Amino acid sequence: MTRTQLAEGVFLTYLPAKKFKTSLLSAQFAVPLRWETASANALIAAVLRRGTASYPDMGALSRRLDGLYGARIDVTVRKKGETQCVGFVASLIDDCFAPGKERLLEPAADLLGELICRPATRDGLFLSEYFESEKINLIDAVRSILNDKRSYADSRLLQEMCTGEPYGVPRLGNEQIAAALHPQLLFEAYRELVSASRLEIFYSGSAGQSRVEDALRAALADLPRKEAEAPLRPAPHVPPEEPRFVTDRLDVTQGKLGMGFACGSGDTAALLLGNTLFGGSSNSKLFLNVREKLSLCYYASSQFHRQKGLITVSSGVEFENYQRAYDEIMAQLEAVQRGELEAWELEAARSTLLNAYASMGDSQGKLENFYLGQAATGCGESPEDLADQVRAVTPERIFEAMSSVKLDTVYFLQGKEAEA
Amino acid sequence: MKPVLYERLGETVYCGTLPNGLALRVVPKPDHVKKYAFFAARYGGMDTRFRLNGRWLDTPAGIAHYLEHKMFDTKEGNALQELAKNGAEPNAFTSNAMTGYYFDSADHFDENLEILLSFVSIPYFTAESVAKEQGIIGQEIRMIEDNPDWQIYVRMLRALYKNHTARTSIAGTVESIAHITAETLYDCHKAFYTPSNMILTVVGNVDPVKVEDLARRVLPKEGGPVVPRDYGEEPEAPAERETRLAMEVSSPQFLAGYKCRPAGEGEDRLRTMVLGDLACDLLFGESSPLYQRLYSQWIINSSFGGAFELMPGAAFLYAGGESKEPRTVAAELQKEADRLVRQGVDQEFFRRTLRASFGSSLRGLNSFENIAVSLTEGYFGGFDPLRFPEVFDGVTQEDVLGFLRENVTAERSVLSEIVPREA
Repeated sequence: MTRTQLAEGVFLTYLPAKKFKTSLLSAQFAVPLRWETASANALIAAVLRRGTASYPDMGALSRRLDGLYGARIDVTVRKKGETQCVGFVASLIDDCFAPGKERLLEPAADLLGELICRPATRDGLFLSEYFESEKINLIDAVRSILNDKRSYADSRLLQEMCTGEPYGVPRLGNEQIAAALHPQLLFEAYRELVSASRLEIFYSGSAGQSRVEDALRAALADLPRKEAEAPLRPAPHVPPEEPRFVTDRLDVTQGKLGMGFACGSGDTAALLLGNTLFGGSSNSKLFLNVREKLSLCYYASSQFHRQKGLITVSSGVEFENYQRAYDEIMAQLEAVQRGELEAWELEAARSTLLNAYASMGDSQGKLENFYLGQAATGCGESPEDLADQVRAVTPERIFEAMSSVKLDTVYFLQGKEAEA
Repeated sequence: MKPVLYERLGETVYCGTLPNGLALRVVPKPDHVKKYAFFAARYGGMDTRFRLNGRWLDTPAGIAHYLEHKMFDTKEGNALQELAKNGAEPNAFTSNAMTGYYFDSADHFDENLEILLSFVSIPYFTAESVAKEQGIIGQEIRMIEDNPDWQIYVRMLRALYKNHTARTSIAGTVESIAHITAETLYDCHKAFYTPSNMILTVVGNVDPVKVEDLARRVLPKEGGPVVPRDYGEEPEAPAERETRLAMEVSSPQFLAGYKCRPAGEGEDRLRTMVLGDLACDLLFGESSPLYQRLYSQWIINSSFGGAFELMPGAAFLYAGGESKEPRTVAAELQKEADRLVRQGVDQEFFRRTLRASFGSSLRGLNSFENIAVSLTEGYFGGFDPLRFPEVFDGVTQEDVLGFLRENVTAERSVLSEIVPREA
């Protein structure tokens, strides 16, 4: 991996690989995550994807992509720490598999550059039909999180736990703010986004670095550039004095229990392992006890939010099993904190993490996502560096770090008929 | 094992069959760290009625999936933990027509492969362990029942098929799984988990000879008899025209489905898959006139999509997503299919669609999981999935239009809808 600066605030992370059928080219604007701007940024990317000056509608764009052997350019909106990353990920077959041996990287880079720098406009604004329909699509997308009850519950827990902190802002913002967007404001936000926010570019594929850099410099020649903001480290979470309990009611057949914990320790590698032991794999204490031993659920897992120092637990249980599941999850956390571990559990957790880091280079999507997270939050470690940190963690460090983990917020999604 | 070279794909696959009937496929990937093994039985959610020892047996809906959950139990404990100690992340899935067990790992691959082959071929169930699983799978069923994507798809299948077991829910119901006992699980394992009904695929930087030797050493020496299955007699027409369910969702969703002619065996099956995919692209793909018109009229959004799927004895095509006007979209879909059949498509659009579809099939080869599942489906269906470039070469516009003319007709269509529940 090499990282170079292509222009003011424009960085290329170059990940050479000859083993894939495809190349990946990703361009991501990294901006602070805020309620006021999250929906606007998400909408900008969606509107840009509708048409450019030379390819003014979906038909023209998709004809161009089909001609490049079904290249894909997807809009992405991701949350990395307290940074929102919006942009495009292009995936195209690697030049060596093009039946006519055509060069595909340059035209794909050009198209990406055009999407960013030369949108289809009328009277100095985005086309109103694109603006209006993508605004409705965005509102529908924000609302549709309700359809997947597990994600809905996970997202509600984070919102409740991090009220008042950027980390509680969903990646697409919210319905009210999205509904208030208007064309003038959006075009101004677009100008600000492309000129003043950091642009992180990622390439994985068989082309040499100078060819990739040349293609991108040419493609982004029109990009206006001012001084860009430095990457943002998330602010530490402020826990409440006593745990908070929140209940929602929806017409569902299964309850969703979410539990949020604040980590007081800064020993990231130890927390990463501690979380894997607690609920981060199919050999964790949550899986083996809440699921396998007590048969309370199909899934009970925990996630470590590395950037923010939080652990969240997610599970689906019968409404009447709320208390049993809650008690067992707390009991398993306490077991980790007391160091009640068998040797195989620690080694399994460690090798699960090491296997994931070792295999990351085998997936272009995972590599891009990993390095975007690093770039967005100003971290420089490679997967190998993180693997070394995990190797060095001792049991004592795990118990100490996990002992700093405190219950913060409990969220329960109930059925409508059930009585509390 | 014999190497087969696919020059246009830059792949080599080692193929072989052991004396016990197990099919083997090894796809060397010398530049990758990850090694992936996929061990699958030709047995899925639709195989509930079959003949064993001269008798037809009816087993409860959801039993193949239940068996998949219970296979991880071993006399010594649990195979998940054994594999995890070596850093492997094992898992399994049950589809309509297969059950697959897999892991990937960077290190200790041989040991892990041995564990995988052992636990899948040696059943160990007790009354207690079988009973315990009821709670876990019961919650899995509750979870998917709350999922609108699952509801809309399964309800579409039930509208399409009157008798064919494609309509059977893979996980079964809380009620049907209550009838599953250790004895039925042993019976099903004996019938379907024999080497002659299974295939092992390994993708990664491995030595094909070592894989073959290991499989030969670990697995039973004998294969089993062929087990005939009964999927039910199925009429040409769908069972119901419409189905609708109210749920807690943010906006209405729909799937318009078409009951297609079942495909033949062998390369004809691969050709049918390619034709069905191309028919989807021409009819409602992102580059199609229909998609662009409905999208720009705000009738569909980017959730719109669909596919063509094949199962043993069943084939269907569907499209859908969120829309405030499901009936309009379904009617437009039919009108567009009729128009394509009548007028044909612009040759340039057809050529581009072929190119894009080829690119997307090639992209699929980045994924080890996808390679292994494709090779398995190909083996069970009697075709070689990696011959898709050759099949693409032979496809004409008339072939795709013929597919549409035969399969995408009003008489073959159903509509499955989910509507938001009134507050």
